Amino acid sequence: MTTQIRAGFLPLIDAAILIVAREQGFAETENIALTLVRETSWANVRDRLAVGHFDAAHMLAPMPLAANMGLTAIGQKLVVPMALGLGGNAVTVSNALHASLGAPDMQDPATSGAQLSAFIAKRPGQRLRFAVVHPFSAHNFELRYWLSASGIAPDEDVEIVVLPPALVPDALAAGSIDGYCVGEPWNTLAVRAGTGRILTTKNAIWASSPEKVLALPETMVRDAPDTIASMVRALTASARWCADAANADALAKLLAKESYLNRPEPDMAAALSGPAGYEPFARAATFPWQSHALWLYSQMVRWQMVEHSAANAQMAMATYRPDLYRVALADIEIAVPAANAKVEGALGAPAHVGAKTGGKDSALLMGPDGFFDGCSFDPDRLDDYLSSY
Amino acid sequence: MLDGSPTVLVIDTQPARAAIIEEGLRAAGYDRVEIITEITGIAQQIEQSAPDVIVMDLGNPNRDMLENMLSITRAVKRPVAMFVDQSDRQSMEQAIEAGVSAYVVDGLRKERVRTIMEMAISRFNAFSRLERELETAKSALSERTTIDKAKRLVMTSRGIDEDTAYALLRSTAMNQNRRIAEVAEGLLMSAALLGPADEDGGSSK
Repeated sequence: MTTQIRAGFLPLIDAAILIVAREQGFAETENIALTLVRETSWANVRDRLAVGHFDAAHMLAPMPLAANMGLTAIGQKLVVPMALGLGGNAVTVSNALHASLGAPDMQDPATSGAQLSAFIAKRPGQRLRFAVVHPFSAHNFELRYWLSASGIAPDEDVEIVVLPPALVPDALAAGSIDGYCVGEPWNTLAVRAGTGRILTTKNAIWASSPEKVLALPETMVRDAPDTIASMVRALTASARWCADAANADALAKLLAKESYLNRPEPDMAAALSGPAGYEPFARAATFPWQSHALWLYSQMVRWQMVEHSAANAQMAMATYRPDLYRVALADIEIAVPAANAKVEGALGAPAHVGAKTGGKDSALLMGPDGFFDGCSFDPDRLDDYLSSY
Repeated sequence: MLDGSPTVLVIDTQPARAAIIEEGLRAAGYDRVEIITEITGIAQQIEQSAPDVIVMDLGNPNRDMLENMLSITRAVKRPVAMFVDQSDRQSMEQAIEAGVSAYVVDGLRKERVRTIMEMAISRFNAFSRLERELETAKSALSERTTIDKAKRLVMTSRGIDEDTAYALLRSTAMNQNRRIAEVAEGLLMSAALLGPADEDGGSSK
């Protein structure tokens, strides 16, 4: 029997896994009739998921945590059975700011952060303005992490505003912001239009870091566990297709379509292969690491969006459901990590870690997963990490 | 809310729709209604009007920006969530279906919020219906006809002659940097919504 699933998405390249699941028949293989609805704001995605207009959504990773902790409207509980990839963001700044920093190296956030800090120190009383797309976004947290570790106070030395993704390149070109941390294709588009330069990337700030997730209503765990498993299988197959270099042209073509990102194909191809480094599949890119959830939670506490408590931390961790991921992929020839959480920053270089493939022991190439400042995050020592701020 | 009517702020980039919501709210006895159709400088505008309720169009891509602003500034005394009542799932669904959301300060009486929301929902729906009808009509009628109709409407409502009516349309279009046909369209649409034959009967309640 076919299950109808309506999923909301925002026009960003990491909606690719959902788009391809529909367009290449991976959803159909799992007996899912997947309908995709493009939305104009994350708030709409959240609200339409909450009232049942959507059965599933492409969502910023911290949003389901915020929803479950009651920080945002409509008390709908959500679960995250899988992630929708790693990386795919960058910090883009105006040409003028880029030029005044000398010749920053995109792969070296420590140096570019120091250059930015020195530039800010030279202009007392003048605040640079950066944009992110949502307060509960990995963009907001990685931008703040990078600024803070570079000696720049995000709420005092600079101003961070929220703008819709489609408007950020225009705002940059118009000079109303000096930079932004936003998902692709919006960095590549500014670079190609000649209005901005990429200063650093999400992957350089924190290698293999989380970005979007698949969010489902928690009620589905009880009411339709088989549908969750089918969705995870369909999207995993889709992720593998997206990551295959042989499909790069076809993927760019799909993303470019009017009903999806509605942008020229060459721009899509450039964004997919660009420095922001979107990874849909490799290095367990779709695994819902509970250590990711807890790190995002730690940043919510750090920036005073939520009060730290054992209950909140537990709520954040339990939003991510590696158990659902495992059940779905138990009989599939795909390597699933053996652990539910890891020490973020433990792998300075790629390494093989324990995994299960189709129920049998195997190994999975992971990492690097380090933070640029050399710090690491041990999810078992959350309180210590929080007290370091 | 100690002193009577709450202040309602309508944020809608479609001036015609904002106007019909304002009209509906006023007719229902809410005389403190303000409208924002331009997103530029919105923080200051919200601060000035210190609204108790903000009614916003869901199609507005700036919703995330506005939500963030509402949560970090003191522009609104204490903005909480949205929609009527979180337990009232049906009206929440109706609101989203109609394309409208609302942000409400804590402590505002639920019945008040509900009447405001019901008004907004019915007007949003009426507006979409008219938009659809107009879309259909547009394929049949040329822009010329639209302009002629609007011209006749202005002639009747203002008691002016044809040339003056056309000049008025043209100067409005120039002032607003829009095409005459667009102005004419907006005029016909708001006339249909605001006129005595309002099919929702909202204004007579």
